[in-house]
Amino acid sequence: MTSATKSQLPSSRSYLIDARDVHMSFGQTAALTGATLTAANGEIVAVMGPSGSGKSTLLHCLAGIFSPDSGEIWFDGQRLDSLSDQRRTELRRTAFGFVFQFGQLVPELTVSDNIALPLLLGRAGRRAAYARADAWLPRLGIEGLGQRRTGELSGGQAQRVALARALVAQPRVLFADEPTGSLDTLTGETVMEMLVSTAREESATVILVTHDARVAAYADRQVLVRDGKVIDHADIVSQVTQ
Amino acid sequence: MYTLSVYSGYMFGGMAVPLTLLGLLEREPSHGYELKRSYDNYFGRDKPLPFGQVYATLGRLARDGKVTAGEAEPGAGPDRKRYAITELGAREFDAWLATPIEPAPHLQTVLFAKVVLALMLGRSAETYLDTQRSAHLQRMHELTEFKRAGSLLDALLADHGLFHLEADIRWIDVTSARLKALAEMVRTS
Repeated sequence: MTSATKSQLPSSRSYLIDARDVHMSFGQTAALTGATLTAANGEIVAVMGPSGSGKSTLLHCLAGIFSPDSGEIWFDGQRLDSLSDQRRTELRRTAFGFVFQFGQLVPELTVSDNIALPLLLGRAGRRAAYARADAWLPRLGIEGLGQRRTGELSGGQAQRVALARALVAQPRVLFADEPTGSLDTLTGETVMEMLVSTAREESATVILVTHDARVAAYADRQVLVRDGKVIDHADIVSQVTQ
Repeated sequence: MYTLSVYSGYMFGGMAVPLTLLGLLEREPSHGYELKRSYDNYFGRDKPLPFGQVYATLGRLARDGKVTAGEAEPGAGPDRKRYAITELGAREFDAWLATPIEPAPHLQTVLFAKVVLALMLGRSAETYLDTQRSAHLQRMHELTEFKRAGSLLDALLADHGLFHLEADIRWIDVTSARLKALAEMVRTS
């Protein structure tokens, strides 16, 4: 984001997510060198960039998994980076959902178990948790698979289960890191279509990390991470048209 | 705005209408207005084929022996003839269908020229590539939304554009990563 537009940023309360001048290094390697990114309520933002550009590190910072070395990360008007580990863990469980490239489901558990897991960890009643979990099966076209072990699923089915697990607790933000990276083109499209439509239905903001332009095209806005900084494509277009 | 008409115009604008009509007649003999309806449904979409062009094209195809026009049938309307494809017309259509179109990397050529010229003149090639990537992503987003809201045929049309734009973006990304080496090469050559 340019300094001109950055100075015009509304207060952090105007955005659901507002990361400002975030720096983070791993040893001598600088991953983020002043990354600034905002996301409005219900917005789908694609974070693009080549391998090693810092896009996944940015996602982990936005989600409170990593604590940045400096800078500010605001979520819904509160400083995420200065919260205690316990409070951030609580926030990740209640307000954030996650979909990763390989699903990262628990293979020993059934599909329904996996989807109900965030609710059970949140101490929801068992019957209510499974009722809510099973309600997601037809929404994602995986009805009838509830009692299957997740190791028996195809890649596309596994990602749908991961999506249901991410959204079952009605998070404010869905973080998706290369959600179609392990899928073929058509299966990936199906997963993206479901991700976008269900996120919209649930009014969730989505931070979508991808190196794939066709996946990024589903987002309302695309930004590029390069050398640890965020370049907002909307800013580039507005500079050119001015 | 990357509307359907812009894209369908790109896809079908240069495509021979006569050959498309021959293909539709290969399916079954048809009246002119039936051909227009089929053409608009599959290929015209937001840019329908004018009636005048349909009948003019059919007239030329009949003159060249590629279609035959039946006797005028009773009824209202400007033309009640049923057209059928001839053997000559069918051979021409088959040959066209079997011949691959020439790959035409026009856009890439322009992108390439702009990058090299920017480097030669000491301008910011990176800014140009970022701008071009933004424009491509905007079009890809519009096509994706069009595809999501449309039919399977719409998806087929949109996919053609999406895959080509994606190929350009991959080239833009690789070129961006090579800019430093490219600048050195252009400066010393």
